Amino acid sequence: MGRKLLLEHIEVPGIQSLSVYREKGGYRAVEKALKTMSPDDVVEEVKKSGLRGRGGAGFPTGMKWGFLAKPEGVPRYLVCNGDESEPGTFKDRYLMTHIPHALIEGMIVSSYALGAKVSYIYIRGEMMPQIRIVENAIAEAKAAGFLGKNILGTGYDLEIYVQPGGGAYICGEETALLESLEGKRGNPRIKPPFPAVAGLYGCPTVVNNVESIAATVPIVNDGGEEYAKIGIGRSTGTKLVSASGNIAKPGVYEIEMGIPVEEFIYSDEYCGGMAGGKRLKAVVAGGSSVPILPANLVTTTAKGEPRLMSYESLADGGFVSGTAMGSGGFIVFDEDQCIVRNTYNYTRFYRHESCGQCSPCREGTGWMEKILYKIETGKGSMEDVDLLWDIQRRIEGNTICPLGDAAAWPVAAAIRHFRDEFEWHILHPQEAAERNYGLAHYADPLAPVTEESSN
Amino acid sequence: MLNVKENMIVEFSPELLSQFGEIVMRYPEGKQKSALLPILHLVQAEYGWVSVDAMEKVAAFLQIESIEVFEVATFYTMFFLQPQGKYVLEVCRTGPCCLVGAEKIMNHIENTLGVPEGEVTPDGLFSWRGVECSAACGYGPVLQIGPSYTYYENLTPERVDELINDLKANEKEA
Amino acid sequence: MAEEIQNFKVTIDGIPVEVAPGTTILEAARRIGGDIVPPAMCYYSSLEGSGGKCRTCLVKVSKGSEKDPRPMPKLVASCRTTVMDGMEVMNVTSPDVLDARKGVVEMLLINHPLDCPVCDQAGECKLQDLSYEHGVGASRYEFHRRTFERIDIGEKIQLHMNRCILCYRCVFVANQLTSSRQHGIIHRGDHAEISTYIKEALDHDFIGNVIDVCPVGALTDKTFRFKNRVWFTKPVDAHRDCPTCSGKVTLWYKGADVIRVTGRKDEYNEVKEFICDTCRFDTKKTADWIIDGPTQISSESVIASNHYTALQPPAVIKDNPALKEANVEQMARSERLK
Repeated sequence: MGRKLLLEHIEVPGIQSLSVYREKGGYRAVEKALKTMSPDDVVEEVKKSGLRGRGGAGFPTGMKWGFLAKPEGVPRYLVCNGDESEPGTFKDRYLMTHIPHALIEGMIVSSYALGAKVSYIYIRGEMMPQIRIVENAIAEAKAAGFLGKNILGTGYDLEIYVQPGGGAYICGEETALLESLEGKRGNPRIKPPFPAVAGLYGCPTVVNNVESIAATVPIVNDGGEEYAKIGIGRSTGTKLVSASGNIAKPGVYEIEMGIPVEEFIYSDEYCGGMAGGKRLKAVVAGGSSVPILPANLVTTTAKGEPRLMSYESLADGGFVSGTAMGSGGFIVFDEDQCIVRNTYNYTRFYRHESCGQCSPCREGTGWMEKILYKIETGKGSMEDVDLLWDIQRRIEGNTICPLGDAAAWPVAAAIRHFRDEFEWHILHPQEAAERNYGLAHYADPLAPVTEESSN
Repeated sequence: MLNVKENMIVEFSPELLSQFGEIVMRYPEGKQKSALLPILHLVQAEYGWVSVDAMEKVAAFLQIESIEVFEVATFYTMFFLQPQGKYVLEVCRTGPCCLVGAEKIMNHIENTLGVPEGEVTPDGLFSWRGVECSAACGYGPVLQIGPSYTYYENLTPERVDELINDLKANEKEA
Repeated sequence: MAEEIQNFKVTIDGIPVEVAPGTTILEAARRIGGDIVPPAMCYYSSLEGSGGKCRTCLVKVSKGSEKDPRPMPKLVASCRTTVMDGMEVMNVTSPDVLDARKGVVEMLLINHPLDCPVCDQAGECKLQDLSYEHGVGASRYEFHRRTFERIDIGEKIQLHMNRCILCYRCVFVANQLTSSRQHGIIHRGDHAEISTYIKEALDHDFIGNVIDVCPVGALTDKTFRFKNRVWFTKPVDAHRDCPTCSGKVTLWYKGADVIRVTGRKDEYNEVKEFICDTCRFDTKKTADWIIDGPTQISSESVIASNHYTALQPPAVIKDNPALKEANVEQMARSERLK
C-alpha cells in the first residue's frame, strides 16, 4: 500500500466533522506553525518539500510563495482555487466533500505563512453541496478558536470566506478567478503584472489549488524534507489522481508519485483494470487538455522504459510521444471508444468555455469544433485534417491565457497519434456511423528506438 | 441584446436583503461588487431565474451600473435569464461522462420529458439541458438539480425514471 | 532635484531606439516608425487598460534584456509588454511572427461579414488595412458566419455587431470619458457581443467617441451613414471655442458641405483629444468653425491616393531567404502598386 498523506483517514466515520478530524490528529499543523514557527519557516518547509502546484501547471508552490510582494501597509491575500472544472478531474470535490478540514487547516497554515488576514476559497458554483460543507467546516473551526481574532492566543487574526463561482471553466485560470472574485466577468488578465504583485483588489495575492493547500498540512507536521522523501525526482509527495472512463473502479486515489502507470491502471489497489474485460485503447493522463496517448505509449515511453506517474515521466518524449501530469485527471478509453467523437466533444467544451477576449481562442475554438463536427458526422474531407492542424498550431501560444493551449493540444495529439482513425472516418463515413474504428494498431508494441530511427 | 420579452418584477424580502448584507461584509470596504455572484445565486434560488428587473435591483443594491450585472450574469452559465421548469435537470455532457453513456441519458430524458433541451414541460415542472464537465467524472453519467445542486451519480435510464417519478410524486404531495 | 532617468536601449528588427523605462514595445516601435511598427487593433494609447486582446501586435523577444538575455518563450503582445534595457525584438524579421499574425488576421475575418462595399468604415478601416497587409486572398472558412441584428444604440450611433472584433475600446471610452457606462460586453466566447443596457440609448457628452475609437465599421455615425465614401471627402482641420471639449476637430467636406465631424487622428488612427457630441453631431456648418487648414494626410495614404503604399521593410528582408519567403505575399502586393 502506498503512503497516504491526505486521505489516510478518509474512511473514518464522521471525519467530516471537526471533532473526529481532531481525534485523528487534525489541526496539529496549525498549533505547530502558529506557535513554534515563523511565517518564513513555513515558507521554507514548503520550499524544501518540493511541492508542485496540483492545479495543473505544476509550478513549485514554495517558489510561488517566495514571489509574493510584501509592501508595507498593503493587505495580502491567499485565494484557494476550488474551481475544479478540467474534464477528468474531480479530486478537489472529493477532498472537500469528505475531509473539508484538511483544506481549512491548510488554509490557516498557508495564510499564516503568507501573512494574509483574509483568505477566500473560490469554489465552483455547481458545487453548492461542497460550498455548504466547507462553510460549515469554517464555522466549526472558528468556534474552536482556529479562526477569527487572536488564533490560539498567538495574536494572529484570520477570516476565511467561501466564494461561489457562476459556471465558467475559465475561472480556474488564476487571474480570471480573481476577476470573478471581484464580481466581474471571468476574463483572464494580461500578465504582467502577476498576482504575486497585483492580484485581488490590486494587492499581492497567491492563488493555490485545493490539493496544494491541503498538502501543506503534512509538510508542516512532518517537515518538508520528510515530504520530499516520498516520490521520485522533482515529483515529490503524494498526488490525488481522479480516475475515470472505462476502468473497473473509477474514483479518486492518492498515489505516491512515481508508481508505474501500468500498476495504476491494472492493480486492484487503484483502477482495478479495464471494465468489462475490454482492451485499453488510449489514456488522457492529466485532464482533458493534456495530449491523449495511444495504449502503446501509455505504459511505456518511446524509449521503451516503463512510464511512471510523475511529472517528468509522463512528459517524457515531449508532446511528440509524451503527455503531462496536468491536474491528475486520468481518463481511460477502451477499444470501443471513438477518438474523433471524443476530440469533437473536448473541442466543443473549449469553445463553450472560451471567454471570448482574444481572437485566436474566441474564433479558433469554434472553427475547430465545426470542422470536427463535420468529420464526426461523415462530411469531412482529408484537407480538413490538415486545416485542423493548422488552426490548432496558430492558436497555441498566441492567446492571453492557457485556455488556447488547452484547446489546441487535444486536437494536435489526436491527429498526431490517431490520424488514421480520422482518415477512416472521412473515407468510410457510412461505416463510421455504424461502428467504431476499434483498437486497430494502437496497442501494438512500438519498434525500439534505435540511433538511426531517432535521427 | 438581452431578451426582455419576459421580465419578472421582484421585491426582495427583508430576509433576502439581510443575507445580501451579510455577504457584502466579506469584502473590504468599497469592494461590494465582489458580492455579485453570491447574490445572483440567492436571487436565482429564490425566484428560479434571474429577471432583468431582479438584476437592476441587485445593481441598485450594490451601487453599480445595471450593465455591470448584465455583463456578469450573461457570462456565467449557471444563471438562467429566462424562466425554467421547477426542476432543471442538468446532465454532464463532457468527454469522460460520454465514455460511460451520458449521451444515452440525455436522449432518455428528452424522450421521457417530451421536450427538447432548454424547453419547459407543459406542467411547468421540468426542463433539462446538457452542461459542461461537472467534476464528477468518476461517477458518471451524472446530473444535478438546482438550486441546491444535488448530484445524482452513475445514472441509468431506470434511475432517471425513478428520479423523475419521485419528483412528480413530491409535487403531488405538496 | 530631478534624477536623470536612464533610458533603455531596445532594438526592433535590428533598428535601435532609446526609450524611457515603462514604455511598451509597441510604443518604442512607433518611435522608430515605418513598416516595423506592429499593427494594433485593440490597443489605444490614451485608453487605460486597452490592448492585449486582438493579438495582431504579437512580436518575438529574441533577447529579454542585457541582464537576462534569455528569449521569451512565447510571442508577446507588444502593446502590453514593456521594454527592458538591451531587449531585442523581432517583428517583420521573424517568420514566426508573420505566420502568427496571418493566423490572427484569418481568425478575425472568419466571422466578419466582409461587407466593405456597403460599409461606411471602408477606406479608413483598420481591419481592411490589416487584411490587405497580412491576410490571404481566400478564406478557408466554409461555415455560416455569426450574425446579429443591427441596432441603434443611440439617436446618432448605430451598432453593426457582425463587424465587431471585440476590441473593448468603446467600453473603455464609456468607462473613462463618460460618467456612467450604459453599454458593455454580454455573453461570452464566440457569442460575446456589445450591448446596451436594454433599450436605453447611449446619451452622454462624450459617447460619440466610441465611433472614433472603433477600428472597424461596428459603430458608425448615423448622421454620416451612406452619405459618401470617405475617400471622396476632403478632410480639413478646424476648431471652435467649445465649453465642453478642446473643440479641435476634423471636418469632412463634400463640396461646400460638412458631412461629418470627427476627432483629429494621428498616423496610428488615434484621437489625441476627444471631442464632445455637440461638436461631433450638432455643429455642421462651416460658419461654426475656424478653419486651420487641410488635414495632414500622407499623399501615399489610401484615403489620398485610393490605393495602398508599397511595403518598405528593413533591407535584411530582401537578403535573407527565410524572411523573403515569410514576406512573399506582402512583397507581391507591393509589386502590383509600383
